[in-house]
Amino acid sequence: MAIDTDTARKVAHLARIRVEEERLPALAQEFDAILGFIEQLNEVDVEGVEPMTSVTPMRLKRRQDVVTDGNQQAKVLLNAPDAREGFFAVPKVVE
Amino acid sequence: MTDLTKLTLAQARDGLRAGDFTAPELTEAHLAAIDAADTLNAFVHKTPDLARSQAGFAQTRVRAGMSPDLCGIPLGIKDLFCTEGVPSQAASRILDGFRPPYESTVTTQLFKQGAVMLGKLNMDEFAMGSSNETSTYGNAVNPWRRGNDATPLTPGGSSGGSASAVAASLCLAATGTDTGGSIRQPAAFTGITGIKPTYGRVSRWGIIAFASSLDQAGPMTKDVRDAAILLRAMSGHDPKDSTSADLPVPDFEAMLTGDIRGKVIGIPREYRMEGMPQEIEALWTKGREMLQDAGAVIRDISLPHTKYALPCYYVIAPAEASSNLARYDGVRFGRRARLGQGDGITDMYEKTRAEGFGPEVQRRIMVGTYVLSAGFYDAYYNRARKVRTLIKRDFELAFADGIDAILTPATPSSAFGLGEMVDADPVQMYLNDVFTVTVNLAGLPGISVPAGLDAQGLPLGLQLIGRPWEEGDLLNVAYSLERAAGFLAKPAKWW
Repeated sequence: MAIDTDTARKVAHLARIRVEEERLPALAQEFDAILGFIEQLNEVDVEGVEPMTSVTPMRLKRRQDVVTDGNQQAKVLLNAPDAREGFFAVPKVVE
Repeated sequence: MTDLTKLTLAQARDGLRAGDFTAPELTEAHLAAIDAADTLNAFVHKTPDLARSQAGFAQTRVRAGMSPDLCGIPLGIKDLFCTEGVPSQAASRILDGFRPPYESTVTTQLFKQGAVMLGKLNMDEFAMGSSNETSTYGNAVNPWRRGNDATPLTPGGSSGGSASAVAASLCLAATGTDTGGSIRQPAAFTGITGIKPTYGRVSRWGIIAFASSLDQAGPMTKDVRDAAILLRAMSGHDPKDSTSADLPVPDFEAMLTGDIRGKVIGIPREYRMEGMPQEIEALWTKGREMLQDAGAVIRDISLPHTKYALPCYYVIAPAEASSNLARYDGVRFGRRARLGQGDGITDMYEKTRAEGFGPEVQRRIMVGTYVLSAGFYDAYYNRARKVRTLIKRDFELAFADGIDAILTPATPSSAFGLGEMVDADPVQMYLNDVFTVTVNLAGLPGISVPAGLDAQGLPLGLQLIGRPWEEGDLLNVAYSLERAAGFLAKPAKWW
């Protein structure tokens, strides 16, 4: 199936990646090549096959529901591009 | 004194314990080699001060006669591993300036044993690539050349810096990670050994995530013995990674007997790809004969879903990547784009991610977003997960049938020139992983062993695939193959 520029625009927005309008046709073409390659999977008979959830059969371990970490505000904010008064700062979100 | 950079890890360990040289001497020799090899662009963040202090401390342990295998051993660490206070940016612009306030489990374990970190190694951005050409640091370069032709070649990817550094004797060994072949393909391209262990053998905690159900770290070394030593040091259960296996870690080195009599080696017919170069075919046949001569039983087998492994991978890996990389939003760490007057939070996300991610990473995030989006989830993602079940079942049936290990080529070609694939379709680049990607999808251990040179004088590797959790046996078969192949060639120094 062919990916059009509208689909490419929509996907870019869903992925929160700004793609300039003039780049969209080329992007759609790249998607097309990759998805065309993926289409081969339609040849496989998957009737009754369980989708894999875990590559090694394992039960996720459980641990005591207790606090194991915390009080690391300075470390948490250490790498923030904009941190103020102990918080992450972002552009205004609510009007 | 002999050139300390030419030693294997095992020789260096033994030499340190015997007092033939000291850990600081060993580290200085490697720091000098690194400074003389900037053209390879393998080390992208050097940490000489840290290395010297670790080496000094290691020497006191050696002198006290209490040194683990890795004590005083200079290593390179792939940039994907978070190392406390040292830049760790997965070769991405979006993590410019990021200095983790914590240490990955793997490097924590290595440092506890006294390993010395020389610096961080180049790689493809977020480990997405097969040629190290997607790195924000620029290309890493293969120390091997086509005879006298000075065309710069790729060391492979994504662990290209690790491969280049080990092949050029800049460190005794390096850490790598492998999501679809990122340890084994660069190992094959540079004439070194690389093993991807069973999924869950090595903790993923503190390793920047690409595709969590496929990612595994492993060693990249000068030979099989060194791989056994370093793998043991990296392995083990970690409560911080819920997928890490709570299983004992054997002494892999002690399992290297070289005796593989009676072992059953499978040769999967589906790995004979159309258009495969004659040299690869010949090497594969040679490998089969060498194992047979060593007493193994060779059996032709079928892994019928092999053909679907790459398309399956190119649904699952991008899907997981699109989710994992959602965290790079310009808020908590890394780089935020400069915003214009009136830009809102969505502009901030979109501009930050457009500037911060390179084209291949953007492409994969968007493909992943697409295959997970409403209306396509079943057609792509769920179907790929079902095909993955079938790919794993192929291997399970072979092992249940008595196969101990599977022999395949490691790559469909030798190292290609940097820039040669620029105009190729992205799918052409993906074909590099055609022999390795099945192993990640099935969660199995796989090792690449250098086995010969092609007509251009470039190394070629063979891959062995083992049963889950039986890395010891796998390493032993690899050890036998290594001894039979007798691959001793090193790149002529031009850098």
